[in-house]
Amino acid sequence: MQETDAVKNARREMEICNACRYCEGFCAVFPAVELRREFSAGDLSYLANLCHGCRGCYYACQYSPPHEWGINVPRTLAEVRAESYAEYAWPKPLATVFERNGTLVSLVAALGIAVVLILSMLLNSPGNFFGAHGTVPDSFYEVIPLWAMQIVGIATFGYSLVALWMGARNFWRDAGPRDKVGPTAMAIALWDVLTLKNLGGGGNGCNDNSEAFSMRRRYLHHAMFYGFMLCFAATTVGFIYHAFLGWPAPYPFISAPVLLGTVGGILLLVGTVGLFAMKFVDDPMPNVRRLLGGDIALLMLLAMIALTGLVLLAVRATGAMGLAMAIHLGFILAFFLVLPYSKMVHGVYRSAALLRRAVERKMKPLGGE
Amino acid sequence: MPDRTKTYDVLVAGGGNAALCAAITARQAGASVLLVESAPKAFRGGNSRHTRNLRAMHDVPNEVLTDAYKEDEYWDDLLRVTGGQTDESLARMTIRASSGLFGWMRDAGVRFQPSLTGTLNLGRTNAFFLGGGKALVNAYYLTAEKLGVEILYDTEVVSMNMDDGSVRSIDITYKGFPETVHARCVVASSGGFQANLDWMREYWGDAVDNFVIRGTPYNKGRVLKNLLSQGVAAIGDPTQCHAVALDARAPKFDGGITTRLDSVPFSVVVNRNGDRFYDEGEDVWPKRYAIWGRLIAQQPGQIAYSICDSKAFPLFMPSVFPAIKANTLEELAVKMKLDPTKVRETIDGFNKAVKPGQVFDNLKLDGNATAGLTPNKTNWARAVDKPPFYGYPLRPGITFTYLSVKVNDKAQVLMDNGQPSGNLFASGEIMSGNILGKGYLAGFGMTIGTVFGRIAGQEAARRARN
Repeated sequence: MQETDAVKNARREMEICNACRYCEGFCAVFPAVELRREFSAGDLSYLANLCHGCRGCYYACQYSPPHEWGINVPRTLAEVRAESYAEYAWPKPLATVFERNGTLVSLVAALGIAVVLILSMLLNSPGNFFGAHGTVPDSFYEVIPLWAMQIVGIATFGYSLVALWMGARNFWRDAGPRDKVGPTAMAIALWDVLTLKNLGGGGNGCNDNSEAFSMRRRYLHHAMFYGFMLCFAATTVGFIYHAFLGWPAPYPFISAPVLLGTVGGILLLVGTVGLFAMKFVDDPMPNVRRLLGGDIALLMLLAMIALTGLVLLAVRATGAMGLAMAIHLGFILAFFLVLPYSKMVHGVYRSAALLRRAVERKMKPLGGE
Repeated sequence: MPDRTKTYDVLVAGGGNAALCAAITARQAGASVLLVESAPKAFRGGNSRHTRNLRAMHDVPNEVLTDAYKEDEYWDDLLRVTGGQTDESLARMTIRASSGLFGWMRDAGVRFQPSLTGTLNLGRTNAFFLGGGKALVNAYYLTAEKLGVEILYDTEVVSMNMDDGSVRSIDITYKGFPETVHARCVVASSGGFQANLDWMREYWGDAVDNFVIRGTPYNKGRVLKNLLSQGVAAIGDPTQCHAVALDARAPKFDGGITTRLDSVPFSVVVNRNGDRFYDEGEDVWPKRYAIWGRLIAQQPGQIAYSICDSKAFPLFMPSVFPAIKANTLEELAVKMKLDPTKVRETIDGFNKAVKPGQVFDNLKLDGNATAGLTPNKTNWARAVDKPPFYGYPLRPGITFTYLSVKVNDKAQVLMDNGQPSGNLFASGEIMSGNILGKGYLAGFGMTIGTVFGRIAGQEAARRARN
């Protein structure tokens, strides 16, 4: 991590927090602060990625603006976090994509749809593209051949996984733990990821736009995350059906892939639209306005994937199937492409930061009560 | 906007913990309540904004407190720090009431941290607010708003116009404009006068220029002075206050908790002349931190310097300001503008006087002492000899003053003739001197504020509604 102004400001704030420690009950960040007296840029990147942005500490802070010290930990750590995404991006020249991330994600989404639509219209006669194919086996692949889906999907998603892995490696070297990672630490970190324990202000929830606590953000994120995982599971089951059992798509409504996808899609839609709506009512003070674009673009991309997936299910036996599928796959293509260059990376770095916190769990705070 | 035509059942002057407890309790009892806070919303809550915990009696462990802390031990602790300058009946009533506060506080939205364990051992005696005092204040304001307490920020009580022992009307300035409001009963919870430097100067002279006011700059003592000028009985020595050792680099006001230094027990502390002046290791820090403000206030220039070596440095909470660091004691002395020869002499003398002792243990009175010094250090004495050396300049940090209005066990304010006022009650720092004649017990201010705030709210509502 480089010594930027954001990093220096984060160090100033963490040193004040370390002399106060009133917020230690809110989340993992403050107990982690208490373990050290000096904060390297890598430590600050670790703390920034450990912060879930629940804002409990902002409202509880006796030094928050307009106090002359102007402590605003959620905003300050969000600044460092955003810089860390660029810092760890792979390959390095693509770090700049985090600067105007909302524009990038939106543009890629638009291009994704355009490319898939144009190509599939070029590859098909209008009669085939707009024809009703019913729900006979392989009907999807009459419009877009399976091999095309597989090659593009594996190439883009595979590339993104490699890029995410390289980013994670960069994070780990700069801001990862110095001690051995044991199975208990892994289990604790996994639990923290799956429950979003730290998005709860010590069990009371987040502060959205006032001193009042609410579980809204946590539950919406759960809906989005588990919805996404169900959709992923639907795709995986479909792949197993097709590749190993010889059952090609489409599947009947009462089948594992369709049920998983439907429930997942609805949850994903509820979570993303809910989190999007919250952006309008959130208190702007503990947030970084500049980062809003990237957040919203990703939420909308995920929402559109869910929505178009559900539409495709509804119209799959009609002549609208070709169009619906091309648009759905266009969004998915865009998602695969922007995966390592969007807010999605927060999942990787935050999980890694939680793992480091779990590794450090037995260290004793320095000084203090 | 204040409603000039209305007669409120209860007006509460102040906006900190005691005021909020009074306002919420009165409203819960059915009274219409107006709360008048002189600070803007962002700085509401008086000194409570900077607090962290409340000292509570308990006979068995609960979710927030370990072990037991019974009435007699609590009373003994109070007796010791006040040197007997307290009122046993009010104090014992407060102590007993402190055991029954959690349920009400929780219902009013206050959240506690799970019981703490640590070097200061406060987890047994003190319940910690999740997020600290500002989080508690926020919770109380939310509850008060929900219940329908009318709240005015940027509004100061200028005068409570008393006649025949009762408040007849209240002059306020609302966002800078004078107004007069009426209430059947009034609760004064507007704090001490420590932020009124001119008033402080009457007792301390120019030494006040070297004091740091840890808390809110809004506690000007305006209501206190106004009441004392109208025949309300005073109690307490105006020079007594909760005063701790602070980092001398703290801002004049509102620096809060982060400017305090816990380094004293593990340091050698010298004054401006390079001389030691008090036993740094007399007792564990939570029982001694509140005497060091006054000790430093009595030194030349109201300043002292805490000096330790790299063995001691990790043992205490850092202040927000970086330690002054040097590889030799002389260099450290020069950096702190002290006479290097004198500091060297003092530390050498100290190091020679350290008795070969027992195992060093920072968690308890370890008996490692010096011999033959005046004064000796009676615990945690170790040679200061392992570079680098660290130093902090210290100033007296005033938390709140003890000069108070006199009250009885119903939180009624007493007049000079000993009779209780007909409709005036008090809670919090403005009456703390009834119980705290001198010294301080960590978290006791919040206990007094909560207990008396609840009583004042209850009594004021009852009287107003009858």
